Amino acid sequence: MPPLLQVSNLSVHFPVKSGFLQRQTGVVKALDGVSLEIEKGSTLGLVGESGSGKTTLGRAIVRLIDPTAGSVSYQGHVISTLRGSDLRPYRKKIQMVFQDPYNSLNPRLRIGTILAEPLEIHFPKMSPSDRATRVAELLELVGLDPAHARRFPHEFSGGQRQRIGIARALAVEPEFIICDEPVSALDVSVQAQIVNLLMDLQEKLNLTYLFIAHDLAVVEHVSDQIAVLEHGKLVEEGPSELITTHPTHPYTQRLLASIPSLQ
Amino acid sequence: MAADLLRSLLRRPAGMISACLLLLLYGAALFAPFLSPTIPSAQDLSRTYHPPTALVWQNGHLSVRLYRLVDPSTATYEPLPDQTATLRWFSHGPAYKFFWLIPSTRHLFTVSSPATIYLLGSDATGRDVFTRLLYGAGISLSIGLIGVALTSFLGLTIGGLAGYLGGWPDTLAMRLTEFLMAVPGLYLLLALRAALSSRFPSDATFLLIVVILSALGWAGTARVVRGLVLSLRERPFILAANVIGQRPWTILFRHLLPNTFSYLIVAATLSVPGYILGEAALSFLGLGIQEPSSSWGLMLGQAQDIKIFMLNFWWLLTPGLAIILTVIAFNLLGDALRDAVDPRFRLPGK
Repeated sequence: MPPLLQVSNLSVHFPVKSGFLQRQTGVVKALDGVSLEIEKGSTLGLVGESGSGKTTLGRAIVRLIDPTAGSVSYQGHVISTLRGSDLRPYRKKIQMVFQDPYNSLNPRLRIGTILAEPLEIHFPKMSPSDRATRVAELLELVGLDPAHARRFPHEFSGGQRQRIGIARALAVEPEFIICDEPVSALDVSVQAQIVNLLMDLQEKLNLTYLFIAHDLAVVEHVSDQIAVLEHGKLVEEGPSELITTHPTHPYTQRLLASIPSLQ
Repeated sequence: MAADLLRSLLRRPAGMISACLLLLLYGAALFAPFLSPTIPSAQDLSRTYHPPTALVWQNGHLSVRLYRLVDPSTATYEPLPDQTATLRWFSHGPAYKFFWLIPSTRHLFTVSSPATIYLLGSDATGRDVFTRLLYGAGISLSIGLIGVALTSFLGLTIGGLAGYLGGWPDTLAMRLTEFLMAVPGLYLLLALRAALSSRFPSDATFLLIVVILSALGWAGTARVVRGLVLSLRERPFILAANVIGQRPWTILFRHLLPNTFSYLIVAATLSVPGYILGEAALSFLGLGIQEPSSSWGLMLGQAQDIKIFMLNFWWLLTPGLAIILTVIAFNLLGDALRDAVDPRFRLPGK
């Protein structure tokens, strides 16, 4: 049986253009031949410093960016070349939680509308009243008051907005969620709440996570496996205890050493 | 939604004041034939440059004084003592067509001849300035609204598509806006007027002016909308809409364009004065609305007449005052609307 998600030899290159005629003068290798596997029900933590390609990897999996080379397979089906309506069934299975809770909700729409949008797309037969019930259910699932559906995004705190972002991702009943630095824009006390919410939901709904973060301490807490990216290349991968206790690659050792501690 | 917006607008003092003022102005323009005592083309060559007639209360009726021409060369008029004509309310006067359709002869007030009523004086051919001001309001005010509606529509569509699609449509649209913006506005206005005037019959000048002003005006709106769409396109909520599998057109119409509305509404209300002034500028130069029609710009242009300037320069400046009032009202409305459309500036309570 193939793993839930398999990334093989994935590369994303951005052309660098310069000069008056916009000639291509170089290339930025945001991702350079990365291969990963994620088993159903597990969490893969993806760490690396800024610019190491973590976010690019997440976005390439959900096809916000088209990969230059390599492939992404979901349950054995290659999804990295699908287009339009062929891709839509996988949109229902793979969802994403974004880093910046202040910009990830449309400021002009009420929470109810934001959460109903994925339902309209993926459950077109749902009646408006069923949709409203489902929205209330989702809000409760992420620990918010169902009455909040009538409010606008600006009426919520960062942590609450991140909960709404999680509810939107859960609306389509996905199997796999990419969490792109879901807590790094929040303050520390709220971070723990969101991380615990994500872990509870994983247990309740049997979710699989790709958890992207630059904070090794958080990643260690949530992940079964950890992968370390440096300059678009995968430098180390393994079970999370092993990586955090016995890192072999010098880059991982440096990342670990950079965690501030009280001692 | 619209009712919500209106309520939220009217709860703001600036919104309330400007809405009332504009209602008054547009109401006056709409009912101009009824409100004015005569028709704008009615001349009286024996009463040129007549001063505003005085209203007096006599025998329980509102009446106007009668005047005698003392010296035609300096347009000096003298009120005749104890001679007045009673104002007749809802009486019959010169025939007109209400809304260009319903023929009528009823006016709000008239005076019986030989008396005439010039609330704001008369012009070089003895026509009533007040009447011409009311009739001119229709042209000046609707040019603003129609022009802005056209420009906003063009700007939103072209700018939105250019920003969203990128690539060659973007390049094409932006080079076009640059061309329009690089040519000095007034010259382009004059050139377009010259080039297009042969294609429009002379009584469609009004339409021609709107087309010219909108053709020049959309460039700025389109550029800003494009910029807004470009920056919004990379915002996470747009990425999220992509990830949940929303169709590109729905993303454009549900997520991108509504987020440009607060800019667009303000820009639209703030540019209404631009159109009114644009028409005024063209008419002032004699290239806009032609006699015997009237518009505020045309009347302002006529105020340049040296005779008027030397004698009673302020008579014909009332259209200027009307333009100022309209411009201020639209600016205030723009401000209040911006706050009203943005959910972040909602007033507390319901």
